[in-house]
Amino acid sequence: MNIVGQFLAIIRKDLQTEIRTKEILSSMLLFAFLTVVILNFAVDLKPRVLREVFPGFLWVVFIFTGLLGLNRSFKNEQENDCIYGLNLAAWESSIIYLAKTCSNLFFMLIMEVIIVPIFFIFFDLNPPSLLGIFILTIFLGTFGFTAVGTLIAALTANTKSNEILLPVILFPLIVPLILGVVQVTKGVFLNLPLESWSYWLKIILIFDLMYFLVPALLFTYLLEV
Amino acid sequence: MYEIRQICKSISQKKVLEQINLTIAPGELQIMLGPNGAGKSTLLKILGLLQKPSQGQLFINGINALKNPEKVKHLLGVVSHKTFIYENLSVYENLEFYGKMYGVNSLRKRILEVISLLGLELYVHERVAYLSRGFQQRLTIARAILHQPCYLLLDEPQTGLDQPATHKLYQILEQLKKQGTGIIVSTHIIDKIFQYSDRLVILARGSKVFEGVSPQEYSEIKELYGSYIKGV
Amino acid sequence: MHWLNWITLTVIILANYLVFIWVPLEKVMGAVQKIFYFHVATAWVGFFAFFVVFIFSIFYLITKNERWDRYSAASAEIGVVFISIVILTGAIWGRAFWGQWWTWDPRLTTSLVLWFIYIAYLLFRSAIEEREKKASLSAILGIIGFLDVPVVWFSIRWWRTIHPNLMETGGKMAISPKMGVTLLLAILAFTLLYILLMTRIISLQKLADEIYRLKEEIRSHWI
Repeated sequence: MNIVGQFLAIIRKDLQTEIRTKEILSSMLLFAFLTVVILNFAVDLKPRVLREVFPGFLWVVFIFTGLLGLNRSFKNEQENDCIYGLNLAAWESSIIYLAKTCSNLFFMLIMEVIIVPIFFIFFDLNPPSLLGIFILTIFLGTFGFTAVGTLIAALTANTKSNEILLPVILFPLIVPLILGVVQVTKGVFLNLPLESWSYWLKIILIFDLMYFLVPALLFTYLLEV
Repeated sequence: MYEIRQICKSISQKKVLEQINLTIAPGELQIMLGPNGAGKSTLLKILGLLQKPSQGQLFINGINALKNPEKVKHLLGVVSHKTFIYENLSVYENLEFYGKMYGVNSLRKRILEVISLLGLELYVHERVAYLSRGFQQRLTIARAILHQPCYLLLDEPQTGLDQPATHKLYQILEQLKKQGTGIIVSTHIIDKIFQYSDRLVILARGSKVFEGVSPQEYSEIKELYGSYIKGV
Repeated sequence: MHWLNWITLTVIILANYLVFIWVPLEKVMGAVQKIFYFHVATAWVGFFAFFVVFIFSIFYLITKNERWDRYSAASAEIGVVFISIVILTGAIWGRAFWGQWWTWDPRLTTSLVLWFIYIAYLLFRSAIEEREKKASLSAILGIIGFLDVPVVWFSIRWWRTIHPNLMETGGKMAISPKMGVTLLLAILAFTLLYILLMTRIISLQKLADEIYRLKEEIRSHWI
């Protein structure tokens, strides 16, 4: 069996579905954009204060928006029990987890590529000078979020109240990740000395690695009932 | 050879299947007859490796299917009660997806083949959500036979199909049987399918109550079935 | 287990005697300091209970024996109750020493995050009907949730060092030998209580299963 072929087939299928229904990306984009606008109305801050709290705003918007995508990601699979047909066709259950994580990551990254510039424009901020690290942090944070989020979404998809349970389970789990990415983003934004925030990258990397490998191992138990 | 040894299954502490032994040989069509709630669907789900049994073993061509499912998964084609097809994709895209998952060779040709076999030509690029239940069922069967499985497991495959489509399905099954596919069909109605069947298994309250050569006459089957199940 | 009831009761009475009568008053903080024995002991049992959920979840996934799932559920329930006590006593402690109900102290914050994780675990359990499914899926959550504990702990400690405040130093106290003995006995008392509660919950579950089985039996006679 061709593992890479199966992996790509699942991602391709998710993209095809998205192109057909435009359910995930459109709602994510609109929601994120709206939140940026609402935040502007809700808080009217001086530029100096704004730079301090901006990283927090950014990640709160990412997380809430990501939730919309995660909640949708197993909806198609649950319809007609497709997930079981998929599991029967897949060589290993972990391929499904990896592919679903990748397509969720892909949707979130697209959303972020569009929303981050909107953030800068609407809050009248300049991109940070350490742009590379800023982008890397967004990538690592989003990766960790989707890695654990995809597993939890797959778990809650088995319940009737999945839309409420997903954030309730996911949010406490991602506390360390959020602390880390907000600290790094803040360090980058305020041009703080490197040693005062770079160690947070360790927490982020540990989180990413742990919540990518362990779900890949456990996913088979999720589908064998 | 698909061997099923002493399969038991309890769901939420309720015994659904007890000590089921079966053998499906290549080129053989078995019918599993039983009333609602007899455990037919659960047994087929277990045979299709969609559910794990509480006890017992499955051997597919000599390989322990519960220990090494990855070695035998692709040998099975399953039509379950649920269709496993994506509502938001078209008929062609669904088959293309499953074909890629199974690594089917010259996929396009094979897809067109099963599409014409099940009379889906007019709906090739139609989204599944817009299809009637009958046509969705046809697609489900197409999906199950697409990768030319060694063993075909069908749970009440006539669901939603009209008379001509049911007839067509039986012809397809007969042809697959001739090509050496081992087939098991669960049903609760006695109809034409018995003309093609080699063996009959009757399931009641989670146990196998009869197994033997399938009689050809409806009246004989009904009599046999009635002797095990009250009120038929 | 009749004897366990009596041992637990005796140790609890003894621990209370030590806490309220035997151990001398802490010089700086006075009587309020006695909450410390309850706070630390419940924290220990709470964390231990979640560790048990983790271990039994792994056991369940390996053996598929329903017993481990029931034990995990029972342990999570008790853990949540104990961690709730930790948070409450922590808040009272904070009020007494630093003048505010809530401080983002690493131990207290980690407890709060754990409290959320295991409340979610229990909510998740109650949202699935089918037993086998419930057991497998919540075992996955039981493993994933506990793995988060060390990461949460370290990240919160680092986070607090960014906002240094006097509270970190204000809460420190020297532990005298008598206080140490009292604390150990308090921990023992709560651990025994944990074990006792586990056996109670498990026997309740067994009774519930028995009722379920009898109902099914009656039904099958009627059909």
